[in-house]
Amino acid sequence: MPPLKRIIPCLDVDNGRVVKGTNFVDLRDAGDPVELAERYDEEGADEVVFLDITATSDDRDTIVELARRAADNVFIPFTIGGGIRSVEDAQAVLDAGADKVAINSSAVKRPGLIGEMAEVFGSQCVVLAIDAKHTSDTARGRSGWEVFTAGGRIETGLDAVAWAIEGVERGAGEILLTSMDRDGTKDGYDIELTRTVADAVSVPVIASGGAGTLDDLVAGVADAHADAVLVASLFHFGEYTVSQAKHAMQDAGINVRMVESEHVAS
Amino acid sequence: MTALPSAETSGLEIAILDYGMGNLRSVEKALEHVGVQAPIVSDAEAAHAADGLILPGVGAFPEAMRRIREARYDELIPEFLASGKPVLGICLGMQVLFESSSEHEGAWGLGLLQGRVESLDAGDLKVPQLGWNEVRWTRSSPLTEGLPNPSYFYFANSFSARVVNRDDLLGESDYGAPFTAVVEKAPLYGAQFHPEKSSTHGLRMLANFAKICVDVKAAALSK
Repeated sequence: MPPLKRIIPCLDVDNGRVVKGTNFVDLRDAGDPVELAERYDEEGADEVVFLDITATSDDRDTIVELARRAADNVFIPFTIGGGIRSVEDAQAVLDAGADKVAINSSAVKRPGLIGEMAEVFGSQCVVLAIDAKHTSDTARGRSGWEVFTAGGRIETGLDAVAWAIEGVERGAGEILLTSMDRDGTKDGYDIELTRTVADAVSVPVIASGGAGTLDDLVAGVADAHADAVLVASLFHFGEYTVSQAKHAMQDAGINVRMVESEHVAS
Repeated sequence: MTALPSAETSGLEIAILDYGMGNLRSVEKALEHVGVQAPIVSDAEAAHAADGLILPGVGAFPEAMRRIREARYDELIPEFLASGKPVLGICLGMQVLFESSSEHEGAWGLGLLQGRVESLDAGDLKVPQLGWNEVRWTRSSPLTEGLPNPSYFYFANSFSARVVNRDDLLGESDYGAPFTAVVEKAPLYGAQFHPEKSSTHGLRMLANFAKICVDVKAAALSK
């Protein structure tokens, strides 16, 4: 059986609270991250991602504490990202109970970090998060998407597809690919971007940014070839439940882990 | 979520054996969640005082066995089983229960179950297997009480055990080809997946293991 496709609620955390903005600004308060993650676990979420979006150099303790609280209460795999700059940072978060760590800006600044982390923890622990924005530059073999860091504030000049391929070569076990053009818009995932990356790398790609309907989640897997879909506001504000999303996937012929309709064996 | 009534598990202690391989804290918290005290221990005396033992493990088989021998757990675990008390191996902690593994340079295991640990026969699928998979029960057992057939669990493995005695097999899964997911040779149990990361089904299995420990303890006391 090929691996089941995954639905992953993403919790953007700022000062210990979940926030979700449009195009990375205009934040609204959506609750306690660990309580929300527990709810998603009960509804059938396959994993959870916590991203500390305001990570500064001195808040490693904050993400470690978040990982500890999550491990106390959440019994599905979870990823922590934001503010992880070294093998030691990653070690602290993994020791606290996280299953994977996501790195973004720190990997762009120092690509060697990907390999160092893969060497120590294994590729399965290392998620390369890429924030990509459409550009008009398709010259000289460029894909037309560029990598941005620092929550979208810094233009890196890196080509998003080339960076994904390099990240995997360096040891990333998964790519978390966010379309900054779509993030918070509810216009659906950037299908072309996601498919281009998913078809170019050998590791799972998580589609992120822009899911506004359950059909968008289906399209993320069926049309964009993602192995998992990341969902934030669609769930946080109660528009849909994880369970409804699972049913939509199943109805579209996608193989997912269903948590209801269980007939208990005697 | 799944929890045993506290009266049943009050005073019960399931020790998590520490040999420096794997995410012990998640196992500890999952057991606490189902109402069981689960100290992380690294000496024989503390382990023998417990009513049940969990052998976790993430990493490579040869390194795990080197550390197990160094800590003399290769003596402790058989002694613990000989006293009739239950042991549960998780992931690599299940694999080392077998006779040997072909991982890296190869290594001898604890030999408590007959069979070798070999690479997953995954065909075109990616290795390691990372993610949720279905497990089908091959028979009934107190370890699977109340769990649907099939159940879903979270796996992270490149290798799997080839059981020699079909009687030792309790759960099977499929990743390119069928592979051993759960073994039972009471009071010895093993799960290739991570019950501590497998939501309600995983917690239910841990609660069932605790119930097995409760029953063994009660039977020993009534003698």
